[in-house]
Amino acid sequence: MFKGPVESKNEAAMSELVPEPRQKPAVPMKPMGINANLLGYIGIDTIIEQMRKKTMKTGFDFNIMVVGQSGLGKSTLVNTLFKSQVSRKSSGWNREEKIPKTVEIKAIGHVIEEGGVKMKLTVIDTPGFGDQINNENCWEPIEKYINEQYEKFLKEEVNIARKKRIPDTRVHCCLYFISPTGHSLRPLDLEFMKHLSKVVNIIPVIAKADTMTLEEKTEFKQRVRKELEVNGIEFYPQKEFDEDLEDKTENDKIRESMPFAVVGSDKEYQVNGKRVLGRKTPWGIIEVENLTHCEFALLRDFVIRTHLQDLKEVTHNIHYETYRAKRLNDNGGLPPMTVETEENHESNL
Amino acid sequence: MAASHGAGQPQNDGCRSLSLSGHVGVDSLPEQLVNKSIKQGFCFNILCIGETGIGKSTLIDSLFNTSFDDPVSTHFQPNVRLRAQTYELQESNVRLKLTIVSTVGFGDQIKKEESYQPIVDYIDAQFEAYLQEELKIKRSLHSYHDTRIHVCLYFISPTGHSLKSLDLLTMKSLDSKVNIIPIIGKADSVSKTELQKFKVKLMSELVSNGVQIYQFPTDDETVSEINAIMNGHLPFAVVGSTEEVKVENKMVKARQYPWGIVQVEDENHCDFVKLREMLICTNMEDLREQTHAQHYELYRRCRLEEMGFRDTGPENKPVSLQEAYEAKRHEFYIEMQRKEEEMRQVFVQRVKEKEAILKEAEQEIQAKFEHLKRLHQEERLKLEKNRRVLEDEMAMFIKKKAAAELLQTQALVSTPVNFKKDKDRKNFT
Repeated sequence: MFKGPVESKNEAAMSELVPEPRQKPAVPMKPMGINANLLGYIGIDTIIEQMRKKTMKTGFDFNIMVVGQSGLGKSTLVNTLFKSQVSRKSSGWNREEKIPKTVEIKAIGHVIEEGGVKMKLTVIDTPGFGDQINNENCWEPIEKYINEQYEKFLKEEVNIARKKRIPDTRVHCCLYFISPTGHSLRPLDLEFMKHLSKVVNIIPVIAKADTMTLEEKTEFKQRVRKELEVNGIEFYPQKEFDEDLEDKTENDKIRESMPFAVVGSDKEYQVNGKRVLGRKTPWGIIEVENLTHCEFALLRDFVIRTHLQDLKEVTHNIHYETYRAKRLNDNGGLPPMTVETEENHESNL
Repeated sequence: MAASHGAGQPQNDGCRSLSLSGHVGVDSLPEQLVNKSIKQGFCFNILCIGETGIGKSTLIDSLFNTSFDDPVSTHFQPNVRLRAQTYELQESNVRLKLTIVSTVGFGDQIKKEESYQPIVDYIDAQFEAYLQEELKIKRSLHSYHDTRIHVCLYFISPTGHSLKSLDLLTMKSLDSKVNIIPIIGKADSVSKTELQKFKVKLMSELVSNGVQIYQFPTDDETVSEINAIMNGHLPFAVVGSTEEVKVENKMVKARQYPWGIVQVEDENHCDFVKLREMLICTNMEDLREQTHAQHYELYRRCRLEEMGFRDTGPENKPVSLQEAYEAKRHEFYIEMQRKEEEMRQVFVQRVKEKEAILKEAEQEIQAKFEHLKRLHQEERLKLEKNRRVLEDEMAMFIKKKAAAELLQTQALVSTPVNFKKDKDRKNFT
C-alpha cells in the first residue's frame, strides 16, 4: 500500500528550489519532510551497529562527585557501586589524616573496562564538607569547582582550532549523602541542594540506611521529598526535562522511591551458599544487593545501567548550556584590553 | 549526534586501571547511547552532482528502494540550481531524515565557469547555518536539524575516455568541503574492458590533480578489509532502475534491452550493490563524523579567522575566542555609539540651519510689513491733506455763493433794467 509516492507526486512541486546565494551564503529554507514508504530492505538500521562500534572504540567519560559529612560511608558506597577500590580511601588516603579545615576537592581518575567497553571514571571527593563548627558557605568551593569545569569546557569549545574530542571533566552527577536522622533534612542539606540543584544533577541518598526500620525509612523518605518540594529543590531526574510520556512514567516511578536508602560494603560474606557483599552485625548480615534489605541495587541500576547517558546529556545540554549562556551574556570580568579600547574610542570622539 | 561530544579517549596517564570484582553494568553504556540516538532520530544528507539525464534521481530511487518522484528537468536551464527535498524513512525502529540535494542544469550551459559556484555556496550555507546556531547564546544544538551535506555523489559521464574539465574543476573546489564519492553514471553503456581502463584512467587523473576523494576508513578491523577492497573499486560504475523485470521467476530491478537484461543488483553487471553497501550499511556513521569533525571544523576555523578572531592575541598570548568576541562586541557597541553621536550632531546642525533660514524669512516678512504700513500711513496723510484742501475750497465756495446771492437780492431791489446784463455779467464772474 503506497500512500507515499502519490503524496510526493502532489508535493513534488513543493520541492524547494534553493535560491542562488551570491557573496554571502544565504541560509536556505528547510525543505518539507515527506514520508516515503520503503519497498524493501535497505539497511538504514545498520547505522545503530555502526554507531555502537564507534562509541566502543572511543570509550566513555563519567565524573561523579560525592558530597556529605565525613563518616557517612561515601567512600564505601562508591567502592560498592563500581565494585572496586575507587575511592580516595583506597588510593592512599590515610584514615588518620586530619579532617581538613576547609572543603577540599579531590578528583581521582580510573579506567574501567567491562565487556569491551572502556569507561574513564573520575570520582570527586569533597572532604571537609559539613565537618566544621561553622559551616557557612561550605558549598562555595564545590560550586566553584563545578563552574570551573564548565569554564574549562567552554574555553576549549570556543577555540578556533579545537580538539577532536574535548576532554570532559564536568561533573555529571553529584551524590548527596543525607544523614539518617529519621527526622528531617538539616539546614545545611537544604542550603547545599538549593544552591547546587540548578548547576548540577543532584541525587540525594540516605546513607547508612541500616540504622532505620522499614517504617522509619518510608516516613523519612516522604518527609525529605516533601521538604525538597516545599523548598523548590529539583533533584535528578528533574520533572522539567522529561522528554515524553514514556520518560515521565519511568521517571515518576523513580522519583517516588527517591532518595534511595543505601548501605555500602566492600566485604563479602557467605549467605545461603552465595558470596554476597554485606555488613555483619550481631543480629544478622545486611546484604547490600538484596532489595529487601536496602536500595543499593536500585541506585546502582539507576545511575549506571539506565541513566548514565542521560545524566551526561542533561549536564551537557542543560546545565552546561545555562552556564554558557550566562557567561556569554555577562559583560563583567572582562580583561583590561577592553577598558583600553573604550578609552581610545572616547578620545577619538 | 550524541556520539560527538563528551566521549573522550580514555587516557591512561595518571589513571589506574581497575579490576572489577563483580558486574558493574558499564557494558550497557553503548546501548544507552544508541537508545538515545534512536529516540532522536538520524539525519543524512546526500548531494548529487551530475549532468542532466545522467541518472541521479533514478539512482537515488534505486538506492532507497522507493519512488521519490522528482520531476524531470529540461536541458535549458539558464544557470545551475540546486533542489533539496527531505524525506522521512523508517526501518524497524530507526527513523532517518534523508535529504537529497540534486543539481539542476549542471553542465547544460554554454559557459560553464560559474557552474560549480552555486554548489559551493550551498554547502557553505549549510555550514554557516550550523555555525550560527553554535555561536548563539541560547542555542539548541541537540534538537537542531542538521542540513550539512554528509556525502557528495559525483556522477561522471560514461564517455569511456577521461574526466571532463568541468568535473575536475568542480571536484577540486569541493574536495575540502565535503566527502566526495565519484561514480560512473549509466555504466551500462561502457563495456567491461573499457570500464576497467576507464576506472584506472579516472583514478589516476584524480590523483594527479590532487583531488581528495573520500576513502572508506580502514582503521576498524571489522570493516577494514572490506573497505580496503572497495577503495580499489572506486569509482563505482552504477546503473539505476526503478522498473522491474522478470528474471528466472523473480522480479528484479533491471533495464531491459533488445540484447539482454542489465540487472541492477547483480554484482557482475554493475557496482550498485557495492555502492549501497558502502554508503549505507557500512560507512554512514563515518561519513557523518567526517563531515562534522573534519569539513565543518575546517569551515569554522576559516570563517572565524575571516571574522577577525584569533587564538593568540597581539603579544602572542593566548586569547580566548570569548574574550575576542566580547572585545569585538564592545568595539561594535562603541562604534554604534559614535555613529549615533555623529548622527545626532548632524541632526542638530541641520535644525540650526533650518531655524536660521526661517528666522531670516521671518525678518524679511516683518520688514515688508513695516514698509507697507509706512506706505499706507503716507497715503492716509496725503488723503487727509487733500480732504482738508477740498473742505477749505468747499467752505470758500459756499461763502462766495452766499455773498453772491446776497448781492443778487440787493441788485433785484435797485435796478431791474440792467437786470439781465448784470445777471449775465455776474454769472460770468
